[in-house]
Amino acid sequence: MADLLRRVAERRDVEAFRLLYASFGPRLKSYMMRQGANADTAEELAQETLLTVWRKAPLYAEDKGSASTWIYTIARNLRIDRLRREFAWQELPQGHDETPSDDPTPDEAVSTQERQLRVRAALAELPPDQHEVVSLSYLDDLSHSEIADKLGLPLGTVKSRMRLAYQKIKERVADLK
Amino acid sequence: MTKISHHPDDATLMSFAAGSLTEALSVVVASHVDRCQQCRRDLTLLTTLGDVLMQGLPAAPLDAAAPVMKLRRQEADVAEPRPAALGSKEIPPSLARLIKSNLDDVPWRRLGIGVWHHRLPSAAGDLRLLKVAAGRRMPEHGHGGSELTLLLRGAYADETGVYRAGDLADLDDEIEHKPVADPVAGCICLIASEKPARFKGLIPRIVQPLTGM
Repeated sequence: MADLLRRVAERRDVEAFRLLYASFGPRLKSYMMRQGANADTAEELAQETLLTVWRKAPLYAEDKGSASTWIYTIARNLRIDRLRREFAWQELPQGHDETPSDDPTPDEAVSTQERQLRVRAALAELPPDQHEVVSLSYLDDLSHSEIADKLGLPLGTVKSRMRLAYQKIKERVADLK
Repeated sequence: MTKISHHPDDATLMSFAAGSLTEALSVVVASHVDRCQQCRRDLTLLTTLGDVLMQGLPAAPLDAAAPVMKLRRQEADVAEPRPAALGSKEIPPSLARLIKSNLDDVPWRRLGIGVWHHRLPSAAGDLRLLKVAAGRRMPEHGHGGSELTLLLRGAYADETGVYRAGDLADLDDEIEHKPVADPVAGCICLIASEKPARFKGLIPRIVQPLTGM
């Protein structure tokens, strides 16, 4: 994926864009639908996400994380902007303005793929009640109190399930850092 | 940079990465993250989690082919205008989007003896700056839901410790805390709550509609 993104960035390679579109488009559409968009809007937002990828590809820095995570952040910010109609307060990870000593070293870039595999494995092993709150937060755009209302749980229980889930995922990748 | 010793709760940081945190709360977390390398690291992992969850969704077939005709009209972005150049020692870059002056020139409104505030625009939730004179008790909020406080200048202390510039207080609703502003410097902080804040004991309730409290 990073390779396709590089071809888009360096050569404005339309064929690479087609491949990215075919590979990410259906999941992006699915994500937008899960976040509350109807099928037409979801398709538009998936398209817009990938057009943004085309535009911003030169800003993608491989040592800041995997290409697919970068595309996820573009989709997330776009849905905050369009579906929530709020300002997205998180910057996309980009190469500039960081002090060099501050952020990931090239060694870490090598492990981004590994990190993703381990996160997937940890997620698959989460107890269902923890998996549920994590999904509601990431995929259904619910705040802590909205999750608490939906599940009929105290706010503290929702937060502690999220914390536990995070701890387990963190343990899985601890030796990568 | 001074060491940061109080961070957002893991659950708060997770919602931030998920993009499901109320906007006012997001502003406070983003402003802390600007200053906090540890939280930036944690966000890398939490963002990867979002990606993995998205990849795990069932594919929804696309109706249209790749919009290659539109590509020609899309200029490649060079460096984005980022607020990194904005901000100052006291105002993190994210917050600089909302505060154009320095902290002394904010149009403070007096809320009580030794307490001033300034409301900031946000689409959801309640966001404001609060200035408390040296040695004064922080006003108590009656609130429901989450509340986050980021110290921008000076310090305050409560049962959970001392909070200095860059520190973020993310306390559960159940905890009764009564912070007191630093006896010498006082403090200025950024406060966000999910629900409209109600400062108790400073002004009569009846004034609330007029001041937007």
